[in-house]
Amino acid sequence: MKTVRVLIVDDHRLFRSGVRAELGPSIQVIGEAEDVETAVASIAELQPDVVLLDVHMPGGGGQEVLRRVLGAGSQVRFLALSVSDAAEDVIGVIRGGARGYVTKTISGAELTDAIVRVSDGDAVFSPRLAGFVLDAFASTEAPPIDPELDSLTQREREVLRLIARGYAYKEIAKELFISVKTVETHVSSVLRKLQLSNRHELSRWATARRLV
Amino acid sequence: MLREMSETPTVPAAAPRLVRPASGRVVAGVAQGAAAQLRLDPAVLRLGFVLLTVVNGLGVVAYAALWMFTPKEQVKGPQPARDWGQFAAYGVLWMAIAGFGWITGASDGGIGTWPIAAGGIGALILWQQADPGRRQRWMSGAVSKFNASWVRTIVGALLIVVGAIGFLAASGELAKAKTGLVFTAVVVGGMLMIAAPWLATLVKELQRERTERIRQEERAEVAAHVHDSVLHTLTLIQRNAHDSREVTRLARSQERELRNWLYQPKQDADATLAAAVRRVAAEEEDAHGVPIEIVCVGDCELDERLGALLQAARQAMVNAAKYSGAPVISVYAEVEPDEVTVFVRDRGQGFDLDGVPADRMGIRQSIIGRMERNGGSARVRTTPGDGTEVMLTMKRTS
Repeated sequence: MKTVRVLIVDDHRLFRSGVRAELGPSIQVIGEAEDVETAVASIAELQPDVVLLDVHMPGGGGQEVLRRVLGAGSQVRFLALSVSDAAEDVIGVIRGGARGYVTKTISGAELTDAIVRVSDGDAVFSPRLAGFVLDAFASTEAPPIDPELDSLTQREREVLRLIARGYAYKEIAKELFISVKTVETHVSSVLRKLQLSNRHELSRWATARRLV
Repeated sequence: MLREMSETPTVPAAAPRLVRPASGRVVAGVAQGAAAQLRLDPAVLRLGFVLLTVVNGLGVVAYAALWMFTPKEQVKGPQPARDWGQFAAYGVLWMAIAGFGWITGASDGGIGTWPIAAGGIGALILWQQADPGRRQRWMSGAVSKFNASWVRTIVGALLIVVGAIGFLAASGELAKAKTGLVFTAVVVGGMLMIAAPWLATLVKELQRERTERIRQEERAEVAAHVHDSVLHTLTLIQRNAHDSREVTRLARSQERELRNWLYQPKQDADATLAAAVRRVAAEEEDAHGVPIEIVCVGDCELDERLGALLQAARQAMVNAAKYSGAPVISVYAEVEPDEVTVFVRDRGQGFDLDGVPADRMGIRQSIIGRMERNGGSARVRTTPGDGTEVMLTMKRTS
C-alpha cells in the first residue's frame, strides 16, 4: 500500500503534533506550516499529495492559501480541517477548491481514511457539510441558471442525506444497492457542482445563515 | 382669537388653555405655548417672530402682547433654566437676517421680502436640527438618522442661497451686490479656514471616543461571557480531573455552548424545529454524557404535532445513549415542504426488535405509539451488533 505524503497547515502547534500522532501508518507527514506564507512556500517546495488545511489562520486563513496555490495552477489536493461549523467557512473553503471538509473532532482513523480518499481524487463530506449543501441547494426559490450545475439529482440528494444521517460510504453503498465507487462518483459530482455553480444563492445563503 | 378660546368653557377639553411653559423656553415661552396650542413645532413660530421683527418690527409687538396676555404655566419644584443656547442662536439668526435686511433694504417690505421668506424656510429646516433632543441624538450617534439629517441640512442651505439670490435678482441688485458677496465669501471662507482644523479635531475626537466606548463595551461583554462560562467550566474540569467521563461531558457541553454563542443565529429555542432539536439533543447529551451530532436541513415553526415528533426523537436519543453503548449518536432532521423527518442513529450493539418484552414501553409507546397517535409514523431498524436507526416522519399541518 502506498503512503500518502501530507503537509499539515495549522497555526496551533499542539494541534499539529496531535494530528501527527493520530494518523495511521499509511500517512507520512512530510512537513508542517503555521501560517499562509510558510504554507504556500512549503507546498511549492515539498509538493505533498494532500494538504491538511486549517480554515482560520493569520494572514488570510485557508482560503488565501487555496487562492494562491491553486491560482498558480498547482494540482495539490486540499482537505480542510477546522473547529468552525459556520456555513460561511465550510462553503467558502469548498468553493475555494478544497476537496473535503472535516471538523477537528474527527477520530484519527476517520481522518486517515479521509486523507487517503482525498489523495485518490475523491471528495470527503462530513455530515454537517452534507447538511449545508442540501440546505443551500434547497433553500432557493430562484430558478437555476444552469440546471446541470445548479441543482442536485435525486440520487445525489439521497447520498447526501445518508451522509448527513451519519452513514459511511460503505454503508451508503449497501443501503442504496450501489458500489462504493458509485457513491464516490456522486459525492465528487456534488463537490464539482458546489465549486462550479456560480449562482449567488450559495454564497448568499452561507452568509445569511451566519447573520440571521 | 386666543382670548376667545380661553373664554369658551366648553372647548377646553379639546384645546387646553394657552399657557407659557417654563421648561424649554427661549425668551418667555410664548412661542412654545402657542405652538403647543396650534400643534406646530415651536421653531416655526419662533422663526415667524424673528422674521416679523426683521421685516417691520411687528414680531416684537406681537410677542410682547402675547407675553402679557398669556398666563405662565404653574411649575412645581425648581424653575427650569432657560435654553440659553437656543436663545443665543435665535439672537444670532435675528441679527443676521436684520443685518441682511438693513444692507439690502428688504425690511422696507415689497416683493423683495419674499425671497427672504424662502431663506427663512431654509433656515427653519436647518434650525429644526438644532433642538436639544436632536442634538443629543446626534451625539449618541444614531447613524440612520444621520444621513437624513444631512439631506435636510443641504436642502436647508440650498433654500437659503436660493432665497438670497432670488431676492437680489428681484430687486435688480445682483450685479451691485457682487462685490459685497465676494467680500462676505472671503471673510466667511477665511473664518472657516481658521476654524476648520479645530472643528475637524473635535469631530475626530468624538468619533474616536465613540469607537473606544463601543469597543470597551464589547470587550466587557466577551469578558463577562468567558468568565461565566469558559472559566467556570475550566474550574469544574480541574476539580473533576479524576473522572474522565465527567471531564468529557463538561468539555463537550462547554464546547456546544461556545459554538452556539459564536456561530448560531440567535434563535428562540421554543419557536422553531431546528432550534428545538438542538436544545433537546443538548439536554440528553448532558444527561447521558454521550456526544450527539446534529445536522438540520431547513427549518419551520413548531406546532403540536411537531412537538410530539420532538418528544419521540428525544426518547430515541435517550434509548441510544442509555442502551446502545455507541460512542456517538447522529441526529438528522430535515424539513421538507410537506413533511418533517428526523433520524436518530447509533452504531451501537443494536437489539432484536421482536425480542423486546411487551412491558417495555420505551419504543412501543413513547416512540411508535406517540407518532401514530399524532398522525405520523415511526420506523425502527435494528440488527444485533449493527446499530439502530429510528426514523420519524410527520406530515406538516399547513
